[in-house]
Amino acid sequence: MKFDTPATTNPIDQMQVVGHPLNRIDGPLKTTGRAPYAYERHDAVPNQAYGYVIGAAIAKGRITAMDLSAARAAPGVLAIVTAENAGPLGKGNYNVAKLLGGPEVEHYHQAIAIVVAATFEQARAAAYLVKVDYAESQGAFDLAGAKAAGLGPSQATPDARVGDFAHAFAAAPVQLDATYTTPDQSHSMMEPHASLAAWDGDRVVVWTSNQMIDWSTGDLARTLNMPKEKVRLISPFIGGGFGGKLWLRTDAVLAALGARAARRPVKVALTRPLIPNNTTRRAATIQRIRIGATQDGKISAIGHESWSGNLLGGHPENAVEQTRLLYAGANRLTGTRLAQLDLTEGNSMRAPGEAPGLMALEIAMDEMAEKLGMDPVEFRAINDTQVDPSNPDRPFSRRQLVECLRLGAERFGWVGRSARPGTRREGQWLVGMGMASGFRNNVVMRSGARVRLDGQGVVTVETDMTDIGTGSYTIIAQTAAEMMGVAMDKVVVRLGDSAFPASAGSGGQWGGNSSTAGVYAACVKLRETVAQKIGLNSADAVFEDGQVRTGNRQVSLAEAAGESGLVAEDTIEFGDLAKRFQESTFAGHFVEVGVDAATGEVRVRRMLAVCAAGRILNPKTARSQVIGAMTMGVGGALVEELALDKRRGFFVNHDLAGYEVPVHADIPHQEVIFLDEVDEMSSPMKAKGVGELGLCGVAAAVANAIYNATGVRVRDYPITLDKYLDRLPEVA
Amino acid sequence: MTKVSFTVNGQAVALSLDTRTTLLDALREHLQLTGSKKGCDHGQCGACTVMVNGRRINSCLSLAVMHEGNEVTTIEGLGSPESMHPMQDAFVRHDGYQCGYCTPGQICSSVAILEEIKAGIPSHVSADLNAQPRVTPEEIRERMSGNICRCGAYSNIVDAITEVAGRQA
Repeated sequence: MKFDTPATTNPIDQMQVVGHPLNRIDGPLKTTGRAPYAYERHDAVPNQAYGYVIGAAIAKGRITAMDLSAARAAPGVLAIVTAENAGPLGKGNYNVAKLLGGPEVEHYHQAIAIVVAATFEQARAAAYLVKVDYAESQGAFDLAGAKAAGLGPSQATPDARVGDFAHAFAAAPVQLDATYTTPDQSHSMMEPHASLAAWDGDRVVVWTSNQMIDWSTGDLARTLNMPKEKVRLISPFIGGGFGGKLWLRTDAVLAALGARAARRPVKVALTRPLIPNNTTRRAATIQRIRIGATQDGKISAIGHESWSGNLLGGHPENAVEQTRLLYAGANRLTGTRLAQLDLTEGNSMRAPGEAPGLMALEIAMDEMAEKLGMDPVEFRAINDTQVDPSNPDRPFSRRQLVECLRLGAERFGWVGRSARPGTRREGQWLVGMGMASGFRNNVVMRSGARVRLDGQGVVTVETDMTDIGTGSYTIIAQTAAEMMGVAMDKVVVRLGDSAFPASAGSGGQWGGNSSTAGVYAACVKLRETVAQKIGLNSADAVFEDGQVRTGNRQVSLAEAAGESGLVAEDTIEFGDLAKRFQESTFAGHFVEVGVDAATGEVRVRRMLAVCAAGRILNPKTARSQVIGAMTMGVGGALVEELALDKRRGFFVNHDLAGYEVPVHADIPHQEVIFLDEVDEMSSPMKAKGVGELGLCGVAAAVANAIYNATGVRVRDYPITLDKYLDRLPEVA
Repeated sequence: MTKVSFTVNGQAVALSLDTRTTLLDALREHLQLTGSKKGCDHGQCGACTVMVNGRRINSCLSLAVMHEGNEVTTIEGLGSPESMHPMQDAFVRHDGYQCGYCTPGQICSSVAILEEIKAGIPSHVSADLNAQPRVTPEEIRERMSGNICRCGAYSNIVDAITEVAGRQA
């Protein structure tokens, strides 16, 4: 199905099932411990052996020698695979560094070997007997140093300019020129990257934990130099991803290589301390923001430059993305500068670009509002734009940013915020409120599905779409139930298998809208097939209560399907609507903090997000996406930072004790409001992404609340005590 | 290899194990009870939480052979998809999870902390160490803070626990 004209009325608009806050259909499995994750597939194949991955102990250089003799002789060891004995390996389209390093080492903890043994304990013990000699060479690890050396835009990613930024900024009566930093972050999903691989002749099946089945099936085939048709990935349950499992990673490659070498199935989980330096990270940024405005608060010039670092061949963290679109202003400059750094690959983590970009931009907007003597909500509202600022002929498909901000201000009690920082005191607490705009682009991706109808009237959906906690199982079931006119308990959803039609996958908050649109397309085809089978005109047929009818004729779906059943498959493909219209999602984030007047400890007291993100397919799971993102935003504001050792080139705090993420005690009750919205430009579902929107702007709202509480402005994340304790007001 | 016997969810088990085997791996790899999760293997995340003799522990920080004669309860022992424990049911209704990986640990801790409060065990946020602690959001959050949920379902988890506690009281 081609989606190239705005959606009109369709069966989804009935909203009999879609749009209801239903419990997750996978909930009973997950809450009782019966949902099987990749490392737990005792049911899949017998005789599984255990792999243990060894990471490089240097950041850059060469392996000069590996002594495997002691490890090979250790009890239970079945095989050891290194780059030397693995045979020729290719590299995936989506990988920057090799997933099995050696003799060249490209980054710290790059995998250099897998030890396979009969038990986990034996594999682990033997891995520590592998002796590796390195010739270390000097790597580059210092982003600030690269910036100071004059790093500018690259030819691949030139600056985007509208009007004459330099002139307009210089002429602006009110100016802000400030620099902000965001640190390297780690996805830290709860389930480590894990895979079980089993060979059958020249075919391999990998039970894995991966957000993008089709991409990663292709990349595993490329890496192993084999046809894609001979690789099967199965990933029905995924213990979190946040972008860290968008790609083929070393667990899948080394499980496959280990299984081939050991001649039996092998399973591998990356140990937690390996993950931050071995897998991808959200790259640190240095961001310079310049805003010029008239005395009455109209932005006349806005400039945003962002520096980040990556391995050769990697991309910049596009932290200026939102600045191209979020606020009006005739003169604009945005651009990224990319340093080559020998750290593990920088790549997508939840809301790449916008998440770190808004961490900076939305503090800058707060600072600018203060300079102008304006309320921060009002300053944003008067700089709203309903068109792409760099191309006024291109409207937003639907943009309710101002509505989000105004409703949020009303519901949060923003009127009670003191405009003068550091003036509200409750006992030991300095209390402040902060807000920020939330913005994240809506991306659409082609997505396929197969839908079966059987003789019992059961509808089974098969697609390689994944559920990483987002609620895909449930919203796909709701879509199929709505389209086929059956109850939820008559729908079975099977996900995450490369044997199923290729879907959009889970990433970039495109999964919910795109994958359900793919299921919609397949269901339209199945409706036609059903109607044809029983000789009805599908255009007039009503699918309701497990029946299909036109006029006074009525047939049950079970009867229509018959013994042999019916099946239909289709793929939603998107035309140029997303080019003609700017599709984005919007939010207003509001936060209240208390800062201990004596110790400086920050406690988040209240949080509210108001979101405008198209049709909300399931308010319960969508709300969970948003509160989870708000939680991650608190982490980004207050605690999350991969601490870099610039001498040796590695992240020191590489586990869940050192890399701090929010815990229960850090998070208050959270409120979420979804504006009533449908977006006919996005898909037949009229939905948009929401899973990343919830993160975008949150950290800045926290930062602004801390400023409002204390009068101390911190421009470097995370906002830890060392950055402001000495600047707190005198304790009265 | 060392022999060890204990009960898991009421059933007696006898294992012959490499002494290095953690209780978590004994459950997951040897008994194939994979509901208890391995998030970090270092006692940092709480995904491996089980109850031993009525008290919750991080099963990854405990060797299996230390549990001779103990009574172990895992998430599988609390309920099944067909017959969920009230806490499991509350997690489903309040959407107190997303990816599901920390969830068994969260639920085991949830059940255990209500018992701890009932038994009068104070926490860091209990104002009076000698008074009977009450089930407040603050007490729940403090006691649950050893169980990380990266999906960030905390607000919903507290709602689920509060509801179950209210029903129990």
